[in-house]
Amino acid sequence: MQRRIYMDNHATTPVDPRVLEEMVPYFQEEFGNAASRNHAFGWEAEQAVDHSREVVADLLGAKAKEIIWLSGATESDNLAIKGVIEFYKDKGNHIITTATEHKAVLDTCKVLECKKRARITYLPVDQHGRVSAEQVREAITDETILVSVMLANNEIGTIQPIAEIGKVAKEKGIFFHCDATQGFAKIPIDVQEMGVDLLSASGHKIYGPKGVGLLWVRSRGPRVRLTAQMDGGGHERGMRSGTLNVPGIVGFAKAVEIARAEMVEETARILALRERLNEKITSELDEVYLNGHPTLRLAGNLNLSFAYIEGESMLMGLNGSGNSDLAAIAVSSGSACTSATLEPSYVLKALGVGDELAHTSIRFGLGRFNTEEEVDYVAERVISEVKRLRDLSPLYEMAKEGIDLKDYFAGMQH
Amino acid sequence: MASYSDKVLDHYSNPRNVGSFEKNEENVGTGIVGAPECGDVMKLQLKISEQGVVEDAKFKTFGCGSAIASSSYVTELVKGKTVDEVEQIKNSIIVEELLLPPVKVHCSVLAEDAIKAAVQDWRERHDEKDQKSTAAG
Repeated sequence: MQRRIYMDNHATTPVDPRVLEEMVPYFQEEFGNAASRNHAFGWEAEQAVDHSREVVADLLGAKAKEIIWLSGATESDNLAIKGVIEFYKDKGNHIITTATEHKAVLDTCKVLECKKRARITYLPVDQHGRVSAEQVREAITDETILVSVMLANNEIGTIQPIAEIGKVAKEKGIFFHCDATQGFAKIPIDVQEMGVDLLSASGHKIYGPKGVGLLWVRSRGPRVRLTAQMDGGGHERGMRSGTLNVPGIVGFAKAVEIARAEMVEETARILALRERLNEKITSELDEVYLNGHPTLRLAGNLNLSFAYIEGESMLMGLNGSGNSDLAAIAVSSGSACTSATLEPSYVLKALGVGDELAHTSIRFGLGRFNTEEEVDYVAERVISEVKRLRDLSPLYEMAKEGIDLKDYFAGMQH
Repeated sequence: MASYSDKVLDHYSNPRNVGSFEKNEENVGTGIVGAPECGDVMKLQLKISEQGVVEDAKFKTFGCGSAIASSSYVTELVKGKTVDEVEQIKNSIIVEELLLPPVKVHCSVLAEDAIKAAVQDWRERHDEKDQKSTAAG
């Protein structure tokens, strides 16, 4: 079989063997429904779930009862935003968020806008992808009920100033939701210090299973209420009905335990790998541009634009392009050609990266299981593919001849 | 976009006729189509004999695997054909040969446009040359 190297850990992560081991008993031995009150099968399951709640709450500096289990970060974002808007509809209906949020937040906001249930302000970001607390402050009105800002961006890795925004939200008495999916268990989080009131996270980004996520909801200072989006049975204190995914929850908690114990060492190791990859690539190639903040970014994220070549053709080359002697390298791109809608990455667009550089972007997502050997191999393959594609590219040729591409193509008729 | 057709992969790994003719080479028509902001730019050059037959072709493309394959295939397709025949080439031939999915059909359309642009450029130069030699003689 063709060798495979996975460097797309922002999309998803493999389940850590220790997590899988922890989950297995809950499929066939301790398989009870956590809501079964009357026998040991149910009690065992409930116990496992409650223990998991404690573990996760501990990581966040929160209370166990404030955790709601659900199917993933998308559902969590939906519940946070729709739940607040619906419950507090007499208090206000204005939401402030950013242009670079995940679609789970942006699409939820758009739907509310279309149904005229909320008015949304999408704050623009700076060239590194950051918003400021000042921007949030200036956008607040009497109708504002919620601010939603992600902890770290999935495409460019940029980390937002959550604690500063939290101060402003507290000052103005506005609920603050943080989609922490990418930074959860990678960056230290303390919900008290950060001043957040709602927080979303997902299992499959932290070497846990897919199909499980959480919404943390503050119970005090202030108490946040929500209108449930899933009805039927009143599970999770009426906040989210539906039988709990016990093995998933157990796996999630185990993933958190491991991440917490290994966070410092793992972050340093992954950061060193990323810097190594960046160094190797940029020392051999010219006209390579970093997208996102140079330092305030996730340790494993490297998003580079390679001028004069196109992203999808790079992915084809990195995949081995049918040659089974080459390893298949899995990464992703902001190019339009890789999306079903043929539109380039909206995140890169929000940074002010021109379309032509957006088409040339590659996102590397390093993780727990990547090695130095893999990094060196990938760097070599990237360098060789870029050189090959630049030889194939009319734009590189024209640029080397000193032709101004913007002027040239502006004068052309299409 | 599950996987690419073998033909597309082949053209990607072994592109035919990559490069550019010398700047002062005679009888070359150059077509550049597309735009960097769209993610697709093709440069196609056709070397055409006095009798109006395509003797050689070269290409360079900025674009996805299907775009590279389309333009590479075109350079094979045009050799030995007359200018009139080449102008009749429809993108559907490219789609069929490379098994392009619907979302990639536009790459073949651009390749068809590149042929027409190269021929147009050759015609203009050819007519210019004719006029000059008539004037001189």
